[in-house]
Amino acid sequence: MLTAFRNNALWVVVFTTFTVSFGLALAVLLDRVRYEKIIKSIVFIPMAISMVGAATIWKFVYAFRPAGASQIGLLNAIAGVFGAQPVGWLIERPWINNLCLIIVGIWMWTGFCMVILSAAYKNIPRELMEAARIDGANEWQVFRKVILPLLKPTAAVVATTMVVTVLKIFDIVYVMTNGNFSTEVIANRMYKEMFNFRNFGRASTIAVILLLLIIPVMLFNIRRFREQEAIR
Amino acid sequence: MTGRLTKALSRGPLHIVIIILALVWMLPTLGLLFTSFRPPNDVACSGWWTVFEHPFNFTQYTLRNYETVIGRVGMGRAFLNSLTISIPGTIIPVMVAAFAAYAFAWMKFPGRQILFIIVVALLVVPLQMTFIPILRIFNRLHLAGTFPGVWLAHTGYGLPLTVYLLHNFIGGLPSELFDSASIDGASPLQTFFRLVLPLSVPAIASVVIFQFLWVWNDLLVALIYLGGTPDVAPVTLKVANLVGSRGQDWELLTAAAFVSMVLPLIVFFSLQRYFVRGILAGSVKG
Repeated sequence: MLTAFRNNALWVVVFTTFTVSFGLALAVLLDRVRYEKIIKSIVFIPMAISMVGAATIWKFVYAFRPAGASQIGLLNAIAGVFGAQPVGWLIERPWINNLCLIIVGIWMWTGFCMVILSAAYKNIPRELMEAARIDGANEWQVFRKVILPLLKPTAAVVATTMVVTVLKIFDIVYVMTNGNFSTEVIANRMYKEMFNFRNFGRASTIAVILLLLIIPVMLFNIRRFREQEAIR
Repeated sequence: MTGRLTKALSRGPLHIVIIILALVWMLPTLGLLFTSFRPPNDVACSGWWTVFEHPFNFTQYTLRNYETVIGRVGMGRAFLNSLTISIPGTIIPVMVAAFAAYAFAWMKFPGRQILFIIVVALLVVPLQMTFIPILRIFNRLHLAGTFPGVWLAHTGYGLPLTVYLLHNFIGGLPSELFDSASIDGASPLQTFFRLVLPLSVPAIASVVIFQFLWVWNDLLVALIYLGGTPDVAPVTLKVANLVGSRGQDWELLTAAAFVSMVLPLIVFFSLQRYFVRGILAGSVKG
């Protein structure tokens, strides 16, 4: 069970950090190129498909065969080009396999963060950035001192959504490793207790722990909702 | 002219980074697509990227995998099951939610505020909380492993978000509309059907798309409530089982995965705008 908590903590930190920062970077950078729409669609497509589909797609990318055999997985083929030995991406515990699973999640959810942050970014009045530039700020300073503070509330909402998503993450792990090789997360453990071990008491306990972890987010949402209502 | 050129050059790295990123995002899916059209022997011996050595040599592509997957493996049946689950699993909650959202937004009744706060709180409650109690009830009512059971489950899980999204929209309609309707003697029911429903079509469309994709892509709810009943299994469940039982038959897995993704992809490409609008309106789905 400790493994499940450790992995879920890893998921929360890595997944949330990367989805939100990639989403933010894409929202800001894509605004500067003319083919913004196409790239946005490409990054966003994984949101439309199921986690089962995404897990299958990536299981194939990670496919592993012993050294000497021809590698049919993209990642091991690339490793081979650089002369490295093939890696069992989903077997090497505890870091490589967990990170490989998290990458699938990041691949799916970055588009979500990007869409929301991009909408918020486009709402920032252009004059604010222009004024900073005229005052001699370089692009990085404009980003740090003007864009980032204005996007902070949206980024906070997106980040909490990601945390909620990731605390309940199930499908990716279920399809790709079924929690073997120390990749279990909380939701998978609960499923196992329920259906494999017929241990309904323990499964309920895990569900309650999950709820306790999410209560702060719930309160945050309610407070935000009340503030919105007060404005209206 | 030179100014434009230096500008383009200084932006070179930006373009390169963006294009590499787009490639990284696309390659895994392309790999799946190409593999699903290759004969089993090729798939087992060489990487899918080798098709690009002669991309127009059509003898290296085949439709056999899809024949096998849709027929013998049962993805065709699973596709119909998914439709049977998703269509009522979308219509029922959106219908209920439209009534509820109107009531929450414009009708006065005791406890309205607190009830709606409960809806907001329910947005993030983990589904896992509900599995054991609901499964017990379903077992007693013989709903476990049946379509109506899953419809009910998806209605319950879908309602918080659909009510929340529609409430935001319907609550934003101008109040003069409702004042004049009540002066003209319209009952709440008439106001709903004649006024609110026609005006909310865009919002309802994005909620429908959202809920449909959510139900179609769901694995966990199907796994819990349909679990051991293969003849009602949706595509996601079928693919997940296939990965477990035929993990090395990549030509079948990729074809099956693509069958499971084709409808969401069509919906996505034809209705992307509504989908994005739904996401923007309620980035709080639990």
